[in-house]
Amino acid sequence: MSRVGYIAVNTFREAVRDRVLYNLVAFALLLSGAAILVGQISIDIERLVVVNLGLTAVSLFGVVIAIFIGIGLVSKEIDKKTLYTVLSRPVRRWEFVVGKFLGLSGTLFVNTFFMAIGVFAALLYVSTPHRFQSSDAWILVALFFIVLQFVILCSLALLFSSFSTPVESAVFTFALFVIGSFAEDLRGFARMSHGLTRWLATGAAYLVPNFSALNVIGQVAHGQPISAHLIAYNTAYAVAYSAMAICGAVLIFERRNLK
Amino acid sequence: MIAIETINLEKTYAVGFWRKRPRVALRPLNLTVEEGEVFGFLGPNGAGKTTTLKLLMGLVIPTGGTARILGKDIADPEVKAQIGFLPEQPYFYDYLTAKELLEYYGQLSGVQAGVNAKDRSRKIDALLERVGLKDAARLQLRKFSKGMLQRVGLAQAILHDPKVVFLDEPMSGLDPTGRREVRDLMEELKQQGKTVFFSTHILSDAEAICDRVAVIHRGELRGVGRVADLTSSVAGKVELIWHGSSVPSGFSALGAECHISGATMRAVLPEAQQEAALEILRRERLRLISLTPVLFSLEEYFLQKVNPATQPAGGAQ
Repeated sequence: MSRVGYIAVNTFREAVRDRVLYNLVAFALLLSGAAILVGQISIDIERLVVVNLGLTAVSLFGVVIAIFIGIGLVSKEIDKKTLYTVLSRPVRRWEFVVGKFLGLSGTLFVNTFFMAIGVFAALLYVSTPHRFQSSDAWILVALFFIVLQFVILCSLALLFSSFSTPVESAVFTFALFVIGSFAEDLRGFARMSHGLTRWLATGAAYLVPNFSALNVIGQVAHGQPISAHLIAYNTAYAVAYSAMAICGAVLIFERRNLK
Repeated sequence: MIAIETINLEKTYAVGFWRKRPRVALRPLNLTVEEGEVFGFLGPNGAGKTTTLKLLMGLVIPTGGTARILGKDIADPEVKAQIGFLPEQPYFYDYLTAKELLEYYGQLSGVQAGVNAKDRSRKIDALLERVGLKDAARLQLRKFSKGMLQRVGLAQAILHDPKVVFLDEPMSGLDPTGRREVRDLMEELKQQGKTVFFSTHILSDAEAICDRVAVIHRGELRGVGRVADLTSSVAGKVELIWHGSSVPSGFSALGAECHISGATMRAVLPEAQQEAALEILRRERLRLISLTPVLFSLEEYFLQKVNPATQPAGGAQ
């Protein structure tokens, strides 16, 4: 394994030991309760409600974890000075940043995997007969897009934490998450604007991460298919966007004095 | 061969929010440490010792100058495989056990290459035993005392068998036994031919272990010298000790500083007045116990360098 791999594994281990994955218990309780409740009060739309509720919960739980762990990935290591004994070894700064990013992304993937099992279990519970439908496979695509959102958020949290305080990083990352969730609306506004406003709105619309394109919860809840083109585009977009944010984080971190 | 070399290495920070002002942390530093030396980097708190160490470790980016370790530029990552570092008041991943931490650092340092997991585990166990943490190997670091953390810090610094070891205040937080053990460890490293560069403001430690010392104050190198030379310099004074309970008349006229300790008297006076003082003791029929030249202590050298207005007291106090 490379040094990046060792740092990633240690980041994952930290999240597990700090009981970050305990949120899964809360998630399981929430979803079980919701499934039972929905089964009792909904008529014919149980599956729609469970998929909507389940995937939204997966997304929100993950966003909170991505932001609150991501902002501390670098700053906590500097504050606690744990970084000193890492960077005094043959570890390059970019290896540290990339290792941390991969470790947190891995944590979120595992987290999403277990939550996805919960979603499918709840779906099975409210289905009559207790069987999956072929359209349920699209839920996996929605989950994949949610993971892509987490990856982008991790990279942004890491970027902000490489030059600002944890509180500022949390505010910036969360703000970008909210704005990015309305990125399509922002692009629509840019198209309708004129002059300087159009330029500014277009710039902002393409600068913020396009989380709205990654949100297909409504579609899959209604059993609608997702095009292969969108899957390929979103994957490439998330990889490129995260890579740029990580490059930015590395460039800033390379020049940083660890006082 | 030169193990550590700094060439005009300097660091200035910009402080202030709106109007940045320069704050010099380290003035151009030129220093060489030979391979196999135990080198003490002395200075009061805030003198620039930790800044120098951070510059050498690549944790802080120099404003000017450069440094070489074992002939290679400090920016060369390969250098890092040859050095060990114990930061001041070290903090480690407290969710790991001591053994897990050393395994992780071993992986980052490339210790695992060509060694199977069992051998590596045995090596780490032996190292933990060497620093007195055998029984705490499987305890999470969050349950460690300050002294235990310092020992883990020492273990991680020598884990990968480095050629040059940098220790920032290694005795800090240790009880007398712990300090003795660290001194023994440093002696052991010296016997193995390692270069040890350590910062401290505890001068007795430096005097006991170091081959050479450098004194730094307010970011400026004030002096470098061999401990043996510095402490063997005669200060131009002598110390007289004799049986008695009062100062004989005439001693004060010789410029002597006298101290009573039970039934013995001690006086420090200029070497030129030695014969006159002995004559007074003979005349008063007082029994002389010893007459010795006063030597510089490292403390006096340090004080002289840190505060040039301080004249060497010749052990008179």
